[in-house]
This record gives sequence, structure tokens and C-alpha cells, in this order.
Amino acid sequence: MNAKNNHKINKVPARLDFIQSATGLILALFIWAHMFFESSILFGKESMYAMTVFFEGYYFLGERYPFLIAVLGFFIFAVFILHALVAIRKFPSNYRQYRIFRNHMKSFRHTDTSTWFIQIVTGFVMFFLGSVHLYIVMSQPGDIGPYASSDRMVSEWMWPLFLLLLIAVILHAGIGSYRLCLKWGWFEGKNAKKSRQILKKFQYGFIAFFMTLGLLSIATYMKIGFEHQGHVGERYHSVEHAGKQVQK
Amino acid sequence: MENKKARLLKISILKYDPHVKGDKPHIETFEIEEAPGMTLFIVLNDIREHYDASLKFDFVCRAGICGSCAMLINGRPGLACRTLTAKLDPEIMLAPLPFFELIGDLSIYTGRWMRGLNERLETWIHAQEEIDVHKLEERMEPELAEEIYELDRCVECGCCVAGCGTIQMRENFVGAVGMNKIARYQLDPRDKRSNKDYYELVGDEDGVFGCMTLLGCEDVCPKDLPLQSKIAYLRRKMVEIGK
Ligand code: HEM
Ligand code: HEM
Repeated sequence: MNAKNNHKINKVPARLDFIQSATGLILALFIWAHMFFESSILFGKESMYAMTVFFEGYYFLGERYPFLIAVLGFFIFAVFILHALVAIRKFPSNYRQYRIFRNHMKSFRHTDTSTWFIQIVTGFVMFFLGSVHLYIVMSQPGDIGPYASSDRMVSEWMWPLFLLLLIAVILHAGIGSYRLCLKWGWFEGKNAKKSRQILKKFQYGFIAFFMTLGLLSIATYMKIGFEHQGHVGERYHSVEHAGKQVQK
Repeated sequence: MENKKARLLKISILKYDPHVKGDKPHIETFEIEEAPGMTLFIVLNDIREHYDASLKFDFVCRAGICGSCAMLINGRPGLACRTLTAKLDPEIMLAPLPFFELIGDLSIYTGRWMRGLNERLETWIHAQEEIDVHKLEERMEPELAEEIYELDRCVECGCCVAGCGTIQMRENFVGAVGMNKIARYQLDPRDKRSNKDYYELVGDEDGVFGCMTLLGCEDVCPKDLPLQSKIAYLRRKMVEIGK
């Protein structure tokens, strides 16, 4: 069966696998960066404000254009949907498969098998929670800022959603990126078993670090949100930019 | 030598013979006094000799070469003849490997499935021309020969299949045993098949793109084959074809 001849091969499975990994990688890198940006609130309202106007192009264009955030949101949303569409192939496709996998996982007690199930559950959860968040980002890109975001958390009751989304996304991205490395043989080096142990430490390390960072950020937004409850709707006035009448 | 009291092992075995009418899966427990250097192979023979002559299990080589004695040991696939009881808790649960056809108790029929797999993946050298036995074989770098022989060490015991969450859900998946074999022939310069040919064999969801990298295979392989690394290698080669 030497295929020097030109009969067609089906390239779709290779491409789907590539897309799944590429979109997963983009999302993972995005979300880690996102957690750093979000955590600017830990350094005070002014830092978060500066971060916000940075993404609105203020430092390049001299004015704030919130729609830039909507554009970024739309791009991420597209990648998010593409990833979900492709990765959904891997979900157990009926109850029988689900049962078989659960039984296997319980009797086998093998970490990388069990963490796959976490990926499935968190992926499913993000379908809904991630979509809600991204929709708000796209539809109200102007309502981001130290007070606007904090009010959303507390007065608009978004904190439970963010808490669940945080847990889901940090686990999913941490486990997913670890699996990504093993799946393609990245950082394999001379001793694949040893590299895997190191990658596993990174997996746990990333999860612990970003979970802590995210929880602290949410707590900070909530603290500000509670203090600001009497003034919902009021926007933050930058101390530095005060003279220039930039409002938020 | 220290005169430590020998442990009493509690061996629970999932017994069931589908060929016996009315038999139902049930667990039987046997108590065996542990001896130095005891393997599960010795334990099982002890049980058959002294407690239950009907117990079914497979052994040929007793040295981890034939791959017949694979079973679930406390839920984990492994070779009974290579498992020292000293490494386990005194309560040991034995069950047949899942997925394969059950002959009875711990005895399973891996042969039929493995044969089907080998036929499906055409795991033999595809030479272009007739081999002339009078001519000297073409030379091969020793490193490459090593690499090929390393992968050739697979004994088709079925542990990687039993440890694979993917194949439990999706029966047509080729499993690590299949992908390892393709990687082995892909490396071999005597096999004239192109990557495109291999793609036709494993370039889909039943092949390398179905693998979800759970790595149970890598962790249970009794021959320590570099499965993770070879599956990743194969995936890289196969995804190139899809460009
Ligand atoms: C709608 C939401 C999502 C769903 C349904 C989903 C689902 C999945 C599933 C089922 C897998 C496992 C694929 C496999 O076993 O081969 C996976 C892998 C992965 N996911 Fe997601 N995911 C979602 C969102 C995300 C997000 C937001 C990120 C990043 C933060 C992400 C990053 C990854 C990575 C890095 C992988 C590994 C890629 C691979 O193995 O090829 N996913 N996803
Ligand atoms: C371009 C796209 C995105 C933008 C502009 C964005 C922006 C924001 C902003 C401004 C907040 C603060 C709360 C608020 O104002 O509502 C936030 C919080 C959060 N976002 Fe996003 N986000 C994006 C995409 C995503 C995605 C794809 C995920 C995960 C699937 C995600 C997960 C979270 C989480 C978990 C929080 C909680 C805050 C924390 O723990 O620090 N975001 N995001």
C-alpha cells in the first residue's frame, strides 16, 4: 500500500487536533495575562484605572476608545467558541461512555486520568459562565474600571459567577497546558519521565499561583464594591488624569 | 536474619466464568502467609494448589517476557509475575484486565484483539522489492537499531490498553500498543511506507488524534516503553501531513 499514488487522504482529523491545541494555547496564555491585568486592582484603584485606559488605547491615541476592548473581546470570544466546538468531540458522547470512564477513573486512581475529567467538567462550566462574562465585555466595554467593575461584582451580583469561572478557568488552563506539553512532546529533553515530573510541578504551581492571584483580586473588587454600594453608577475619577477631564 | 513475623495477605479475587451457566461475578478472599521474595505468581499458584483448584489465570514465562499474566492489581494493570507482594498492602484485590474477552476469573484472551490490531495496522516490514537473501543487508546505525529494538520490546500484554481511559470509552481506538508499533515501523528504514501511508492507518480519531494524553499507558507499561514520547513523535509526524 505505497501511497505514491494520489488518492486523497482526509486531512480534517489532523487539522482539528491542531486547532484544538492552538486555540487552547492561545486561551491559556491569554488567561494568564488577563489575571495579571485584573490583579492591578491589588495595587490600588489608580493602577487598575491606568490598566483600563491602556487597553482603551489612551496612551497611544490620546483618547479612550472602549470599543477596542470590545474588539479584543470579540476576538477572544471567537477563539473560545472555536476551541469549545473542537474540544467537544472529546466529551463522553453518551451516558454509557460517561459511566465507563468514571468507573475506570475510580478504580485506576491515576492523576492524569482524573485531571482529564476535571478538564471536561470545567470546560462544560465555562461554556456558560465564560459566555456571560464575554458578552458583557463585548456589550458594555465602557463599563470597566475600579468602580464600574467593583459595582458589577457586588451590586450586580456577579461575584458568584466570577468565583466559579475563576476556579474553572485556572484549573482548566493549568491542566490543559501541562497536557499540551506532553501531547506534543514539548520540553521533553533527554529524559521524558523527568521532564514530565517537572512539568507536573509547573502545572500545580501555575494553578496555585493564579488561583491565589485571582481570589485576592476578586476579594479586592468586592471590598471596593461594598464600600461603593451607596454610589453605584458613579465612575472613578483619576487623580493623575483629573486635569484632563478623563472620566470613568 | 531478622525474625520478623510474616504478614498475612488477604487476596481478594474477582471470580467469574462466563462459560459456566449461572455463574455470577463474585469476590472470593484467600488468606496466605507471605514468604520472602513472594510474587503474585507464587500467590496464585499457592491458592490454586491449596484452596481453589478451579481458579483460572494465565502464566507462561514467569519472568515478565511473555505478557500473559497481566491483570488488575488493586485496580492498576500490571504483570503478576513481576509484582512483589512486599511492595503492596496486605489486602490485595485482583481482577481480570477489562476490555479484553474474558476466558474465566483472571484469564483473558488478548490474542484475538492483538492479532486484529496487527492486521489492521499492518505491523510488518513493507519492503519495496523482493528481499534477496544472498545479498548483505543494508547497514543501519547502531543508535537507530537500538531505538527500534527498544520499541520492539512490546510483549502485547494489554496493560496499556487496560490503563487507557480513551479506549475504554471508544473501542476502536488503537491504543498505545498500536501507536508504538507504527512508531517502530516508521523509524525503520527497511519499511518503505511513507508518512502518508501511516497517516492512512492512524491519522484519525481512532488513531493518534484520538489519544487524549491521559498517559495511563506510559505509567503502567511493564516494559517501560517510552510511550508518551513516541505518541507525541507520531502526532507531530501525522499533523504535518494534515497541513
Ligand atoms: C467553552 C469553554 C471550553 C470548553 C468546552 C473546553 C473543553 C476542553 C476539552 C474537552 C479539552 C480536552 C481535549 C482533549 O482531551 O483532547 C480541552 C483542552 C484544553 N483547553 Fe479547553 N475548553 C474550554 C475553554 C478553555 C479556555 C478558556 C482555556 C484557556 C484558559 C482552555 C484551554 C485548554 C487547553 C490549553 C487545552 C489542552 C489542549 C489540547 O489538549 O489539545 N480551554 N478543552
Ligand atoms: C477580551 C476578553 C476579556 C476581557 C476584556 C475581560 C475583562 C475582564 C474584566 C474587566 C474583569 C473584572 C470584572 C469586570 O469588570 O467584570 C474580568 C474578570 C474576570 N475574567 Fe475576564 N475578560 C476577558 C475574557 C475572559 C475569559 C475568556 C475568561 C475565562 C474563560 C475570563 C475570566 C475572568 C475571571 C475568572 C474574572 C474574575 C476576576 C479575577 O479573579 O481577577 N475573562 N475580566
